[in-house]
Amino acid sequence: MMDNMLTNTYGAESGAAAPVKVQIKNVVKTFSGRNGEMVALNGVSLDIRENEFVCVVGPSGCGKSTLLNIIAGLLEPTSGEVYCDGRLVEGTGTDRGVVFQQYALFPWLTVKKNVKFALEMRGIKGREADELAMKYLEKVDLVKFANHYPKELSGGMKQRVAIARAYAAEPQVLLMDEPFGALDAQTRTQLQSELLETWERDRKTCFFITHDVDEAIILAQKVIVMSARPGRIKEIVDIDIPYPRDQETKMSPRFLELKNHIWSIVYQEYLEVRK
Amino acid sequence: MRNNKNSWSNKIPSWAWVILSFIAAIGVWYLLSILPKTSRAFPFAPTTIDGLLTMMERGVFWDDLASSLLSVVMGYGLGFVIALPVAILMAWYLPIRNILNPWIQFIRNIPPLAYVPLLVVCAGVGRPAQVTTITIACFLIMCVTIYQGVINVDETLIKAARVLGAKNRDIFVRVLAPATLPFILTAIRLGASVALTTIIAAESAGSQAGLGMRIRSLNASFENAAMLAYVIVLGIIGILLEKGIRLLEKKLTGWQETIK
Repeated sequence: MMDNMLTNTYGAESGAAAPVKVQIKNVVKTFSGRNGEMVALNGVSLDIRENEFVCVVGPSGCGKSTLLNIIAGLLEPTSGEVYCDGRLVEGTGTDRGVVFQQYALFPWLTVKKNVKFALEMRGIKGREADELAMKYLEKVDLVKFANHYPKELSGGMKQRVAIARAYAAEPQVLLMDEPFGALDAQTRTQLQSELLETWERDRKTCFFITHDVDEAIILAQKVIVMSARPGRIKEIVDIDIPYPRDQETKMSPRFLELKNHIWSIVYQEYLEVRK
Repeated sequence: MRNNKNSWSNKIPSWAWVILSFIAAIGVWYLLSILPKTSRAFPFAPTTIDGLLTMMERGVFWDDLASSLLSVVMGYGLGFVIALPVAILMAWYLPIRNILNPWIQFIRNIPPLAYVPLLVVCAGVGRPAQVTTITIACFLIMCVTIYQGVINVDETLIKAARVLGAKNRDIFVRVLAPATLPFILTAIRLGASVALTTIIAAESAGSQAGLGMRIRSLNASFENAAMLAYVIVLGIIGILLEKGIRLLEKKLTGWQETIK
């Protein structure tokens, strides 16, 4: 199976499959702490194809955030490599955008200036940056709040700004680290729907981490289930529910079937953690 | 504490409270000025103002004020200029932190009055020793405050900037500097208060003029009214500085999340 994935990296001849955007090869990550070495990731290999929406679920402490940080270039793997568009990932790069769970907005900048920060890092300045920032804010429906400071916004609005800012950097791949994890259930479903709509429109390659199985299934084409520490890929589940999807999709028999299946694997891992 | 929303105390506007508080203080002052135990130390307002006017007539008050303020401004300025880079270095470089921090904590807990004589031995009597005393005291408090600020910068913000393509310079100028600004302003406020409270100790290093020096000399000559006037002047300078810096803080760091 591994061989198959590797040939697909370069093989347009394999038919319908899109080229591999992000290739994770045998990534191991250990942290050394007071109680000796802790293995966070134990040999993870995964291909993320262009335009693909991949969700990762797993019990807390399974290393899913660590994996995202390694793809982002914020952490270095102990061994193994990550390639993005065939280039070895060494440090951060604007080809990979990140949305953090804690929003990570600059509190001293207004909503608009937060988005402009991303544009200015791309070398876009002045009026052009102003106009573009408003365009990105339009996409998340926050034009009215352009001149507000983050502290004046609700959690859901803050995360929308963070998403707009990530989009403004025009990354090739969007890495999302439990972006809706801190939001209430209602806001979460709303942001899921918005993200779905956006993705169905632009099909930006997306690597999305969550502990919410429903969220993973409604969004993703592929759900990666990770095992408890040390983190490894336990199973890759193809979500064969066609797009466009919406919250109604959560009632469909296929959804429930997939949910039961994924839940049973995740649940086993929870039990592992509790041991 | 009871804090009923509908209680009468919530219906009084804040400016009225300032006036009420002022009237209460005058009342207490009056009481102190007639009680036999305290009347000699706390002559009532007219006598105290007279005492101040006498000092102005003698031509010493403005000299005292200028001298003290000069020492305060010099010591405070120097203290800040040294504290800012040292705090940043301490936050960024572990060896510097581990070597410096214990001693900063150690010296910070010694009252300046105790080490002034040592400084006089080194720097000589007068202005240099005064300024040195205030510099040390201000440096310590500002360094600790700014250092805390720099190490507490939310790491996610740095990560966020990095993934957006920020280089080290961008991160310093556009993330670390604004993120630390609230702590720098707090340091400036605390430093001002320390500079002022240290002036008495500093002027024990020997001085020709100065508010602290004058208070002690008036004490020796039993001129209590003028002495009280000087003490109040110190208080007024302190509150003006504090209010001014708070205004600056509000203007520059109004973006901060506050716990309501």
